[in-house]
Amino acid sequence: MNTLPQQLANGLLLGSMYGLIAIGYTMVYGIVQLINFAHGEIFMTGAFGALTVYFYVLPDNTAMIVAVPLMLIGGALVAILIAVGAERFAYRPLRGAPRLAPLITAIGLSLALQEVVRNFYPDADRARAFPGLDATHDIGSVTIKDADIFLVVAAIVCMSGLALFVRRSRTGRAMQATAQDPDTAQLMGIDTNRIIVIAFAIGGFFAAVAAVAYGLKYGNVDYRMGFLMGLKAFTAAVLGGIGNIYGAMLGGIVLGVAETLASAYIDGIPGMQQLGGQGWANVWAFCLLIIVLLVRPQGLLGERVADRA
Amino acid sequence: MRQRSLVILTSILTTGALTLTACGSRDDSGDGGGDSGDTTLTIGVDAPLSGENSTTGLGIQYGVQIAVDDANKNNLVPGVKFKVKALDDKAQPATGQSNATALVGDKNVVGVVGPLNSGVAQTMQQVFESANMVEISPSNTNPTLTLGKDWQTNKQRPYKTYFRTATTDELQGTFAAEYAYNDLKKKKAFVVDDKQTYGAGLASIFNEQFKGLGGAIAGTDHVNTGDKDFASLVTKIKTSGADLLYYGGQYDESALITKQLKDAGVKIPLFGGDGMYATTYIETAGAAAEGDLVTSVGVPVDTLAGAKAFVAEYKAKGYKGDYGAYGGYSYDAATAIIKAVGAVKAANDDKLPDTNDLRAKVVDAVQKSDFEGITGKVSFDEYGDTGNKQLTVYQVVKGAWKSVHTGTAGS
Repeated sequence: MNTLPQQLANGLLLGSMYGLIAIGYTMVYGIVQLINFAHGEIFMTGAFGALTVYFYVLPDNTAMIVAVPLMLIGGALVAILIAVGAERFAYRPLRGAPRLAPLITAIGLSLALQEVVRNFYPDADRARAFPGLDATHDIGSVTIKDADIFLVVAAIVCMSGLALFVRRSRTGRAMQATAQDPDTAQLMGIDTNRIIVIAFAIGGFFAAVAAVAYGLKYGNVDYRMGFLMGLKAFTAAVLGGIGNIYGAMLGGIVLGVAETLASAYIDGIPGMQQLGGQGWANVWAFCLLIIVLLVRPQGLLGERVADRA
Repeated sequence: MRQRSLVILTSILTTGALTLTACGSRDDSGDGGGDSGDTTLTIGVDAPLSGENSTTGLGIQYGVQIAVDDANKNNLVPGVKFKVKALDDKAQPATGQSNATALVGDKNVVGVVGPLNSGVAQTMQQVFESANMVEISPSNTNPTLTLGKDWQTNKQRPYKTYFRTATTDELQGTFAAEYAYNDLKKKKAFVVDDKQTYGAGLASIFNEQFKGLGGAIAGTDHVNTGDKDFASLVTKIKTSGADLLYYGGQYDESALITKQLKDAGVKIPLFGGDGMYATTYIETAGAAAEGDLVTSVGVPVDTLAGAKAFVAEYKAKGYKGDYGAYGGYSYDAATAIIKAVGAVKAANDDKLPDTNDLRAKVVDAVQKSDFEGITGKVSFDEYGDTGNKQLTVYQVVKGAWKSVHTGTAGS
């Protein structure tokens, strides 16, 4: 049996999730040149927001077709609220401060959010079960779950929506202008504070979509889930060219596919058995990042200033 | 250019932040002794009390708590009261080491029960050896801890202050391989481990023993602790034609693996070690856990007469965590330390020697332990290993662990 199609599908799915989270890093970086290291935790709180809707708001045994959209709304509300709150209370007072200050604030915020969830969310000190969409479908030699379909559809819809929004809408164009030159944009009558808030909110929304997909796919969530996913998504954003929204998605997919293929096939190469398998997947993924950055320091899609939003 | 250097700087900072969070804080509460006529001594506990593995870690903490409460209630050592000081090692070796230092620094601590993880124990052993303080693990199963690095050829005890009430992976891996091959009639196993001291050790022993019995190994792989996506691994297992997946590691990863494996339509059981034996495994994996197996140390706790009171008390007090795997062994480990204190006191004209002397004498007294604990007879051989070599296979039946076979390896 040829496993390549299945492995490619595995990688594509993992990569779509990285890509959705990477959008949040790249949007914020494109506009305020801040790497929001708390973004992984915004992703995590989005998952807990959705979990809250399922377990504590909806009646028991709600049909998933009804529950999933409501969970998305709940998760998005929480994630956007926290993302925007972080901007308003943690980052805005530091605008204009040396760059290290907001960066360290971001790391602190990330730890704080983890601990708040761990200590105050019921039973969050260990993994909490999340309702799954586990029905499977065979397409040729590829087996995928309902949750995978949700992830792919959500990623395509969100990305197209974002592309349209940034290109066509008035606010989207204002975002591009702010990314290009915040001072001039302000002189032209753009409320840059509002644009920055919108960038954080969009990042939060994408993180929440990824978080719901994560929960549906893996069947559980925990307070540390944002750390590794955030780090990978950040890597994806850098790989694709930080500041570029298409780059974030592309970077995510490249990273996901590279990780999956490395763990699937490297140990089959004669002499490489010790360096293969799932345990080495991260090593190969980061090797890829290093190589890309050596050859193209600006990332795969560079940083085309014109649509850097 | 500025932006690129920012990215680099950021990466360095993150790495730094990670390293920092791995360091635990020190706790230097030196006193806390009783001011009444009774002396109060402390039994230290080190286990993961939050995050990964915390279900079983809390089972250790409360197992010790019940032992201490019982000893105080029954006045096991006249004139001496005991209390528990539990530190959280988060399943991280570096944190375990700093906890060990903190426990040694607390003059009231006479001995320590823990840790849960073999990898953590490795960093703690030397600290306790230097301080001459007894450490009894209820759950460490890696052979090197008591038998030395070359345990397969030349057994040599590395630390005389280290004991355990659990049997080793040498026996556990063999027991699992025998059960898989002889009883389950599985002929082709895929072996995965988490690269940790415990998991990798257990998996390699299973691998060798299974081959030795005539079974085939369909493939091997390693995962990282904290991984969530095992799609690539699952696809490999699916095409390998294995009829059993053996996993050396903890429930955090294995619960996800079994779920993703069965979601992908691979209906083969996952077989693991005592690190997976927890209710959290079933809660996390849900229906996918059905039919999965583990081996665990000792005979089932709730079949022992002495353990029934313990289980009842654990439930009555509403303690968190899971007593199933190691609660009884933690109870016996703590009791061994308490009884040793009693023996030292009795031999010293009914007075407690000063801290250093007491600690050293307790080590010798623990070595001579010989009493009926709640999990069976408690005694230690010349390496510090338990004299109780019983093992049990448990299987998930209708959403709960059920014991299916008890015996000793090689029988």
